[in-house]
Amino acid sequence: MSDNGDARYGEPTLVKGNEAICEGAIWGGCRYFFGYPITPQNQIPEYMSHRLPEVGGVFLQGESELASINMVYGASAAGARVMTTSSSPGISLMTEGISYLVASELPAVLVNVTRGGPGLGNIAAAQSDYNQATRMGHGDMPMIVFGPNSVQELYDHTAWAFQLADEARAPVLILADAVLGQMMEPMRPRIDDHPPAPDKPWATNGCKGREPNVVNSLYADHDDMETVNLRVRQRYAEASKRCLRWAEHQTDDAELLLVAYGTSARVCETVVTRLREAGTKAGLLRPVTLRPFASERIGELAEQARRVVVVEMNMGQMVDDVRLAVNGRCPVDFTGRTGGNIPSVEEILTAINEHSPVAG
Amino acid sequence: MAEAQVVFTPPESLSDTLMHYCPGCTHGSLHRLVAEIIDELGVRESTVGICPVGCAVYAYNYFEVDMIEAAHGRAPAVATGVKRVRDDCTVFTYQGDGDLASIGMGEIVHAAARNEAITVVFVNNGVFGMTQGQMAPTTLIGQKASTAPAGRRPEHEGFPVRVVEMLNALEGPTYLARSSMASPRWIRDTKKKLRNAFKAQTEHHGFGLVEVLSSCPTWWGMTPKEALDWMESTVVDYYPIEEFRALPEGDTEGE
Amino acid sequence: MNRIVVDEDKCRGCALCIEFCPKNVLRMADRFNRDGLNPAEMGWPERCIGCATCATVCPHVAIVLVEREPKKKAGAGQ
Repeated sequence: MSDNGDARYGEPTLVKGNEAICEGAIWGGCRYFFGYPITPQNQIPEYMSHRLPEVGGVFLQGESELASINMVYGASAAGARVMTTSSSPGISLMTEGISYLVASELPAVLVNVTRGGPGLGNIAAAQSDYNQATRMGHGDMPMIVFGPNSVQELYDHTAWAFQLADEARAPVLILADAVLGQMMEPMRPRIDDHPPAPDKPWATNGCKGREPNVVNSLYADHDDMETVNLRVRQRYAEASKRCLRWAEHQTDDAELLLVAYGTSARVCETVVTRLREAGTKAGLLRPVTLRPFASERIGELAEQARRVVVVEMNMGQMVDDVRLAVNGRCPVDFTGRTGGNIPSVEEILTAINEHSPVAG
Repeated sequence: MAEAQVVFTPPESLSDTLMHYCPGCTHGSLHRLVAEIIDELGVRESTVGICPVGCAVYAYNYFEVDMIEAAHGRAPAVATGVKRVRDDCTVFTYQGDGDLASIGMGEIVHAAARNEAITVVFVNNGVFGMTQGQMAPTTLIGQKASTAPAGRRPEHEGFPVRVVEMLNALEGPTYLARSSMASPRWIRDTKKKLRNAFKAQTEHHGFGLVEVLSSCPTWWGMTPKEALDWMESTVVDYYPIEEFRALPEGDTEGE
Repeated sequence: MNRIVVDEDKCRGCALCIEFCPKNVLRMADRFNRDGLNPAEMGWPERCIGCATCATVCPHVAIVLVEREPKKKAGAGQ
């Protein structure tokens, strides 16, 4: 989204991923943050605790993830741009509240700086919450999910997410990981003004001059609940058309198509280079939004590919979405590491060769 | 001839609609008291109410103010979110004993500890009403419930929780009291205490909570009058009617 | 005369107004409301002192008006 020639961006500075999320949020109009400490995202609440008061905002540490997501619910209902951040087990605890946000048609921005799991797991980087992020919550609940792979994208996606959430009247999730959160990279901040927030005539902030508003997710009548679900789905579909993003690397003639997102996509860029050096026409498609998913484009590329290999930092989750997108056009293989490990270039190359070597 | 004097009409902040509560359930009269105080404080157009999950889940249909339906137990957290964004609003939660004292114990304790500037109306009828009479954290020793058919046994289910006394151990709260809906006299006392709990927010920017002993004739298996009489004769022995923490500087009302 | 007005469709027939009325003004009506419940009514309206105890205790806010006739001024001729 940013490049050297884009006048909307200022000079690059070296920024840590978790702090890029904070500055992106503040540019996006976020003035309220409620959250509970959990590694590896603690720099976010720490940063927000001093940064938000500087811009007239409020930071409050909740007593738990349950409380924090419901403070977000209240702040959003009152009309504010609000966010919370957590890491895998914490997101599990927030999941009920996120479903309530969806059903009550409330915007909010959520970040999962994913760690190794399941259970208490560890604090290393993982992508094992892909299924949780893209299929989250009880009830029919679509939710936009970003999968950034750089400090710049952490900034840009978070900044954009607030506008998108307001337009869709729905929560938006940024699915980062421990490596992205902790690493430092050059990042260009936005120097233009963020677009004005839309009016929120539905907000519950006192009924002066109008009929009382109700923010609610209880619909005892089946048809009423179905109407809400269809409306939520319709808004998600419209927002999806605007926000669907993916990136391609040497896919024009790719016979071996790698699909990876986030940190594992960074490793796969090197894998593509190594395969090309060895004479294999390899390319990489990197989903930037994980929901909506670049299914159509993956299907197109599968027409020319002889094989697709999905690389993830888990035991195979996004591979299911890729298989649906490929829809039998060619074989789809998976390789990955789990438990907080990042697959190395050599491991990926070995896996590709062991499964079935692609002729150059 | 002089016109008749109107002694009573329902408050403007209460919707003119049929409430779904069982015959003799005191939720309705408690709603009326809360709405009267909102009227009397002149804050109807700046009030945001938070409903629980429980019998009062539909309270958003009964108050003529902005209302939010919260997840089970989380009303104090939702209220905190609203209040931190709109400090000019008067924010109250209306919660039962399952909602506040069981699943939502964490949220109420920490909202009180922060002296969050919200008002909490805590309805204690000793039973999960909406889900059909299961044992609540406030069910009395020996009291039967659909999940405690032999009556609550301390050695198995433990002891009922005295919420106000527990919160009174905290430095934070501005106003804490317990009242009862057992008779007209005690209903009037409840209103005075509720007004204090709202004034804790509007005049002292602090946390105010009233635990209101209420009846559940349906799941207690009593007539409405028997239920009120049992509150007077028995329930108050365990849950004393008292103002545990008065408003500062004697700015308080009550018996 | 002092009087109360019962919104009979809101009345749930719980009889708490009858139990607490200090002057025994109220009784259950023979008729049914929309939900098949017997609502409360003023059986002996002449006894009513307009104290609003019934409205205070009514759990369903079904008593929607209580009126008290003005006090007669001393010395006013009738």
